[in-house]
Amino acid sequence: MKAGRSTFFAFFGARSAQNFGRGWLLAVFAFLYLPIITLVAYSFNNSPLPTVWGGFTLNWYVKLANDQEILGGLWLSLKIAFLSATASVLLGTLAAFTLVKYRRFGGRTLFSGMVSAPLVMPEVIIGVSLLLMLVAVQRATGSAFFDRGLMTIWLGHLLLGMAYATVVIQSRLIDLNPQLEEAALDLGARPFQVFALITLPLITQALASAWLLTFSLSLDDVVVSAFLSGPGSTTMPLVIFSRARLGLNPSVNAVATVIIAVVAVGVTVGSVWIARAERRRAAEINAALRGAG
Amino acid sequence: MNTPPRTAATGWLPRLAAGLRWLARGRTAVIGLPYGWLLVFFLAPFLIVLNYSVSEMGAVRPENIATWGDGVVKLSIRFGNYLAIFGDDLYFKSYLSSLKYAAITTAVCLALGYPFAYFMARAKPTLQPALLMLVMLPFWTSFLLRVYAWKGLLGEGGWVAELLLYAGLDGPMAAAGMITSAGKFMNTPFSLVIGMAYTYLPFMVLPLYANLAKMDLRLLEAAADLGASRFVAFWLITVPLSKAGIIAGSMLVFIPCVGEFVIPELLGGPQTLMIGRVLWDEFFSNNDWPMASTVTVVLVLLIVVPLAVFNKYQAETQERGR
Repeated sequence: MKAGRSTFFAFFGARSAQNFGRGWLLAVFAFLYLPIITLVAYSFNNSPLPTVWGGFTLNWYVKLANDQEILGGLWLSLKIAFLSATASVLLGTLAAFTLVKYRRFGGRTLFSGMVSAPLVMPEVIIGVSLLLMLVAVQRATGSAFFDRGLMTIWLGHLLLGMAYATVVIQSRLIDLNPQLEEAALDLGARPFQVFALITLPLITQALASAWLLTFSLSLDDVVVSAFLSGPGSTTMPLVIFSRARLGLNPSVNAVATVIIAVVAVGVTVGSVWIARAERRRAAEINAALRGAG
Repeated sequence: MNTPPRTAATGWLPRLAAGLRWLARGRTAVIGLPYGWLLVFFLAPFLIVLNYSVSEMGAVRPENIATWGDGVVKLSIRFGNYLAIFGDDLYFKSYLSSLKYAAITTAVCLALGYPFAYFMARAKPTLQPALLMLVMLPFWTSFLLRVYAWKGLLGEGGWVAELLLYAGLDGPMAAAGMITSAGKFMNTPFSLVIGMAYTYLPFMVLPLYANLAKMDLRLLEAAADLGASRFVAFWLITVPLSKAGIIAGSMLVFIPCVGEFVIPELLGGPQTLMIGRVLWDEFFSNNDWPMASTVTVVLVLLIVVPLAVFNKYQAETQERGR
């Protein structure tokens, strides 16, 4: 029995294990990418039936360019995404700094719990609770400031975005060499100067990727937006969602293709920029070390 | 040692003290801003939901639980909503089936994702950043549109549906209860689980990969030297060492799936009750805010244990990271 098993695994040796591994990677990548490729392909489909191929057309894109509902939603979504990404990175930097640098303060457990909970918390919970609070505040104050609209959606997205931004920035701060900041302090820099002149330049890439991530999260959000949007403040995902609910719609495929193209270009440009900055910094560190030696 | 040179100390000691005082003030602001923000916009809303959940719908708006009259505060806490939840089959069944579909999705993601992360971590080091990038890329494209894509794939005439029909898999799948009737794949438990697994797979792969890539491969050599077969070494060494990654990945998939709304709405059907949809209907169709709040509170109670496990893991990774 035992011998049989070991011969089996000897037979299932390094070579075939490698092929099996490659096959598995390929299969899962196919699972991840084929739906997206199909989605893009059918945006060029010249047929009213969404699953039957009827030749190539750019019709859906022409329709899209005149679709006021989608374009208006896109403009609102872009504004909200810009505002919430910027605020998320600001608050996320403070939160990450707090978690990494300040080991002990009152209620640290509560703080770290509140920071990371929105990462996994079902969005319906966040949407319902934030809305009920805003309504309560509005009734108590009678002010129109908390009317459902751009401002309330922004608050909801900020709550989600802050959690993601904190995780991204925190992992970069943990990797930083503490000696750099200590050296600056020894040389007489004040804590704020250390942050502005040493820490900030070192975490710029993390801030950039956190900004992009929270921007795309906000641009994509359905559930929180649905709870917090009011009449006249329909974001693009809400438009897409209401169409997708009714069934297949080639205009949704066209929007999808545009978004995917923008994201692909953005991510490629972003990662090239980050890789270049990384190389430049490594070169500078090497030059500094050579200079010191 | 017994007579420290005072002259040198006068320079830096007061400066250090002043710096510490400044730090103390700056520190307060750095901690206080995000902390206060979270207290106001994350914790306070929960307390309000809790408040609503023990009140009842008045004529136009939910009644206050505390009222002031005749010089005394009257508290009227009503547990009617909670009793309704446990008395009504609909709520109870949707909680159970939310947990069931979240668990199935987690199992599917683990079965697909563990080998994937394992082979990724053992791939050529030069290849790994590109593989990681390819896993992350779908995460950047719209989640809503990726879910929508499956509507076309599994709907009538979609190529995945055709492929499954061609392979003759619809009969066995219907027999296993994955789809409701042979030949129909959309709006079934199958399409729901596919959609959720597809969306959340990267959340399983990333923590597993981070964990497996850090593993000390000499342990496997040692196991081989001591006569363990590859499978035994994998089962007794690699799997236990990746426990933290398995837990983190599973929580990242399971918790959001329990309360998922968009995927059941687009891909699920009448058989796949999910609590996220019940909550949504209670809020938007019935306008019963107290009931929606009670459903929310029970949903939070369902995920509070996995959430605590996840937070503990997060805190531990931070500790180990430094």
